[in-house]
Amino acid sequence: MSIPAGWEAVIGLEVHCQLLTKTKIFSGASTTYGAAPNTQADGVTLGLPGVLPVLNREAVTYAVKFGLSVDAKIAETCVFARKHYFYPDLPKGYQISQYELPIVEHGHLDIEVDGVAKRIGITRAHLEEDAGKSLHEAFPGFTGIDLNRAGTPLIEIVSEPDIRNSAEAVAYLKKLHQLVVALGVCDGNMQEGSFRCDANVSVRRGPDAPFGTRTETKNINSFRYVQQAIDYEIERQIEVIEAGGKIHQETRLFNPDTGETRAMRSKENANDYRYFPDPDLLPVVVTEADKERIRASMPELPTAKKARFESQYGLSPYDANLLTSETALADYYETVVKLSGAEAKSCANWVTGDLLASLNKSGKAIEDSPISATQLAGLVARIADKTISGKIAKDVFEAMLAGEGDADSIIKAKGLVQITDEGAIAAAIAAIIAANPQQVADYRGGKDKLFGFFVGQAMKATQGKANPDALNRLLKEMLAG
Amino acid sequence: MHTLSLKELSAGLAAKKFSSRELTQHYLARIAERDGALNSFVTVTPEIALAQADAADARLAQGDGAPLTGIPLAQKDIFCTEGVRTACGSKMLDKFISPYDATIVRKLHAEAGMVMLGKLNMDEFAMGSSNETSWYGPVKNPWDLGRVPGGSSGGSVACVAAGLAPIATATDTGGSIRQPAAFTNLTGIKPTYGRVSRFGMIAFASSLDQAGVVARSTEDAALVLQAMSGFDPLDSTSIERPVDDLVAGLGASIKGLKIGLPKEYFAEGMSPGVRACVEAAIAQFKALGAEVREISLPNAPLSVPTYYVVAPAEASSNLARFDGVRYGHRSAEARTLEELYKKSRGEGFGAEVQRRIMIGTYVLSHGYYDAYYLQAQKVRKLIYEDFKRAYETVDVILAPTTTDVAFKFGDKSDDPVAMYLNDIYTIAANLAGIPAMSLPCGFSEGLPVGFQLMGNYFDEGRLLQVAHQYQLATDFHRATPKGF
Repeated sequence: MSIPAGWEAVIGLEVHCQLLTKTKIFSGASTTYGAAPNTQADGVTLGLPGVLPVLNREAVTYAVKFGLSVDAKIAETCVFARKHYFYPDLPKGYQISQYELPIVEHGHLDIEVDGVAKRIGITRAHLEEDAGKSLHEAFPGFTGIDLNRAGTPLIEIVSEPDIRNSAEAVAYLKKLHQLVVALGVCDGNMQEGSFRCDANVSVRRGPDAPFGTRTETKNINSFRYVQQAIDYEIERQIEVIEAGGKIHQETRLFNPDTGETRAMRSKENANDYRYFPDPDLLPVVVTEADKERIRASMPELPTAKKARFESQYGLSPYDANLLTSETALADYYETVVKLSGAEAKSCANWVTGDLLASLNKSGKAIEDSPISATQLAGLVARIADKTISGKIAKDVFEAMLAGEGDADSIIKAKGLVQITDEGAIAAAIAAIIAANPQQVADYRGGKDKLFGFFVGQAMKATQGKANPDALNRLLKEMLAG
Repeated sequence: MHTLSLKELSAGLAAKKFSSRELTQHYLARIAERDGALNSFVTVTPEIALAQADAADARLAQGDGAPLTGIPLAQKDIFCTEGVRTACGSKMLDKFISPYDATIVRKLHAEAGMVMLGKLNMDEFAMGSSNETSWYGPVKNPWDLGRVPGGSSGGSVACVAAGLAPIATATDTGGSIRQPAAFTNLTGIKPTYGRVSRFGMIAFASSLDQAGVVARSTEDAALVLQAMSGFDPLDSTSIERPVDDLVAGLGASIKGLKIGLPKEYFAEGMSPGVRACVEAAIAQFKALGAEVREISLPNAPLSVPTYYVVAPAEASSNLARFDGVRYGHRSAEARTLEELYKKSRGEGFGAEVQRRIMIGTYVLSHGYYDAYYLQAQKVRKLIYEDFKRAYETVDVILAPTTTDVAFKFGDKSDDPVAMYLNDIYTIAANLAGIPAMSLPCGFSEGLPVGFQLMGNYFDEGRLLQVAHQYQLATDFHRATPKGF
């Protein structure tokens, strides 16, 4: 969607990112998704009388990893605060979160839209516990409460209002998603709610006008929905204002079926959360030594990896970007390069071309590829050492995909080894020249197009195994007479 | 048997003069006969008690007993006890059977081998100074059944003073161990904040709450406090620091001990009878060779207003979990979610608890937080600094525990501010987090008077030593109420 002339949208995103710790942020209960309702709700999760929270240090480590990856300031001391509101899936009547002293502040993420780079500020990221789930459909006349999710650690990542359209918003979200998955702090599963987005949107008449009143659209759980929700909100707000109306500061919900947002509750009767430091928890101290230890344990980040792929392997920005979009894919590619000893560019062609196409077709992730990186390396190596031609390699690839074994055994079983013996190729050509006198005469009379006919005949005679370079060269020489 | 000290009980059990079962049956019989007049127990647990007594006897027979094995104890009903109703003095939790044990319950029964006689009455959610806010009705003071036993640990002191249990657990957020101990001629100690685990103790004000004991002597209190204390990984505010031997040092002389008398505590407010008893105690310490000097805790007079911001703020938050959704009282009248909350909480909580939730909600509200909660935290810091400074020059601080002896039922229950001022001498120790105790020092109008000793952080050992030396020289703590 393009924004009408004279208008500018101002967008800030809040992302709730579930951390991949084995246990909850303040108790030893498991965080595994999909268990039977309330089987992962221990006393602390249930908010029984007398229970106390004990911080899971792993959650702190994950938040620090994230903070370091966006060049943010990591607070030496951060504090948990209680955020109060009543809701049936919030067992204690308050959520343990961070308010005045969050663990991460002042970071940024660089995005690119249509080749234009832009830096999006990250205001803060704080640690908090997730709420449970209310199930309204399952029990007519009742609401079911499942507290398995309650207490799952989250970081809430708040961006600066630096985003100006839905394309930038999606680029930022994708980059953030790629980052937290690459860091190993979040599984990134948007359907299961591991990575959810709230969008704050306002519009104004140009970049110099004061900020307009914003709305917050909650819990949008796909990139496409984020784009739709933001586009809808921008259009709606402009229409309201142009019709002489006013935007109300309110929380809105996105309906994926209609692509529209609707008002949920207005901020005027919103909760007063009565934040105050949680007296059950001590301030969290992260020392320089902690930070260095955590930094040393971090994997190579996507941006650095992309740059390295371009310089080390001579890949185009496009290929480098594609191959570093997922850690597993990048690892796959690097294994193929290393084991095949082949040219990095041709390895990239095989991975981004035939392999990804076949995975897309079968809907498989790179981790579940029927051809392992070692197997693909075996195939690429045989092309590189000219055992088979690129054309034959396509057939071998199909056979590998069908589970017929690795490249060498398929090449051997099917007798696909390339003929490089020039004597043998010359003999085959001589036989073809002898068998097709009319075509030879026509070719020599100037019908150049017939060259293809001779190539086809020769390939047929050698079952496609003739080395194409040698074949072409010998054919040209011998037809010339 | 109910007049024996814990040390004597332990020796009797070891020498097989009586079994733990016999001892337990003796106390259960006394409770059945006499508690009707006091209302100190809300739940008596004879089956658990006898099973634990038999287990203790087996342990003792195998020579596997700890010093407290087989000795009965009653638990304030603020501590969660697995399989037993834990109501915290509230209708809200009248039907709540705890699925788990508090850490101190595990330590005292499963580990030390003590026998649980039952659960004790208390002010609702420990909010009160007279035990009149309990859903289970007031506890009577065994020294005068027309008077309050103090609060919130009213059941704890009444049952021990009346000899219905040799000792009882209690908790102290603003004086809830010390004030009732003073009203019933008992020795009560609140240790340093973080010394005893709060896990499984239903929270009133998390940064002030601390568990302790009420006993008939310092020595008894030291034995049980020793068994309760220590770091607990389930309580992030418990302190990872070894526990001193609280009993070994009791016998040491206090000659040369420096005792500070904060002038702010002696300025006004004390009744003449209380003043006379406290001054006699000071004279006794001088006779024991202690040096007594006046000190100043200039911010101490700000304790009450500071406390009545901090404690309700935390309480309003801690009590938010009682919403009628998962456990506890749920209104039968509710038709909507909002009604479920309003009616369940309106019906489940008593007036005093509701008052404190409202005060706490107010002081944490947007626009008031800085003026009240933040300001109170600043004053709290000043109070803490006063004590730190004082302990640079003195070893312990001596002060009255209460302004007067136990008051009559109804005297202060209509005037919350008068009731809150009851804690005027005890609150500062909670705000600072220091250990403090109350012990008997005489009688006024035939009613017990207590005085207070406050120690430096983690100096429970010295506090108990000072108290024990005083009790070796005096007999006030040996007096028991007539008829019990």
